[in-house]
Amino acid sequence: MPHDQHDHLSPSGHPYRPDNDEPLSYWQTMEIAVRELLIEKGVSTAAEINAQIDAMDARSPADGALVVARAWTDADFRKRLLANGSDACREMGFDIGALQLIAVENTRDVHNVIVCTLCSCYPRNLLGLAPDWYKSRAYRSRTVKEPRKVLSEFGVNLANGVQVRVHDSTADMRYVVIPARPDGTDGWSPEQLAALVTRDSMIGTGLAKAP
Amino acid sequence: MTDLQHVRIKQMMPPGHIRTPAYLRGKTGWIERKLGPFGNPEQQAYGLKGDPLVLYRVRFTMAEIWGDTAERPEDTLDAEIFEHWLEPANAP
Repeated sequence: MPHDQHDHLSPSGHPYRPDNDEPLSYWQTMEIAVRELLIEKGVSTAAEINAQIDAMDARSPADGALVVARAWTDADFRKRLLANGSDACREMGFDIGALQLIAVENTRDVHNVIVCTLCSCYPRNLLGLAPDWYKSRAYRSRTVKEPRKVLSEFGVNLANGVQVRVHDSTADMRYVVIPARPDGTDGWSPEQLAALVTRDSMIGTGLAKAP
Repeated sequence: MTDLQHVRIKQMMPPGHIRTPAYLRGKTGWIERKLGPFGNPEQQAYGLKGDPLVLYRVRFTMAEIWGDTAERPEDTLDAEIFEHWLEPANAP
């Protein structure tokens, strides 16, 4: 019966989800127009544009995790990372382009968390694209006003003596948090340690996983 | 300006593309570190090259920003502020 009272349900009994076919927005249309013009006029090629998209998609939090793990295991590297985050990442061979990176370190007494209240600045040349919630108005406005409440909603409940440092990426710099190294990981290799470093732990909305 | 100097974010509301958050204007903090120079985004937003300006990371206490409604007064917030938005904290 195609039009009975249950036609909003699929044969499996779940509601149909609408197709993701909304009309293009103004800026989506603009992007397509500019991209096609760049190709038509020989400024760029479709292959170059696809290669750039692939390069961005290939970046992931796993890259940042290797940087953090090295900082945990190599005291000199940690110093260089804190002094100049971009140079330290390049030294490890990551192609981070023009990224201007500042690394901030969580300790027993300090917990750092990153936000961009003005837009959604994120160190995507190291960590890949930002999670959707990072771009939400709620995260952006609440993290500067009630960071502890936001952190608790992420499951991060800080000890009473820990100071929270919020970093609002308002201009040219991007930020990565070096989470605290978990206890019980003495003697672990950088590769083993990197598996404990989550994306959220490098934003500051999470902690590194316990072993 | 030297390190650790106390500064105030200018209390002004010009139109245009401004990268000084409104919630920090008029607030007093201290220089955490000096960066740059970087092109002035207020000019770059309009296709101009942007005058090179020193960028500072300024640290504020939550008490300074939010007053009595601060979640934890001694927590801090750092933001990057261009030099033309800063004045000495004791300026009239």
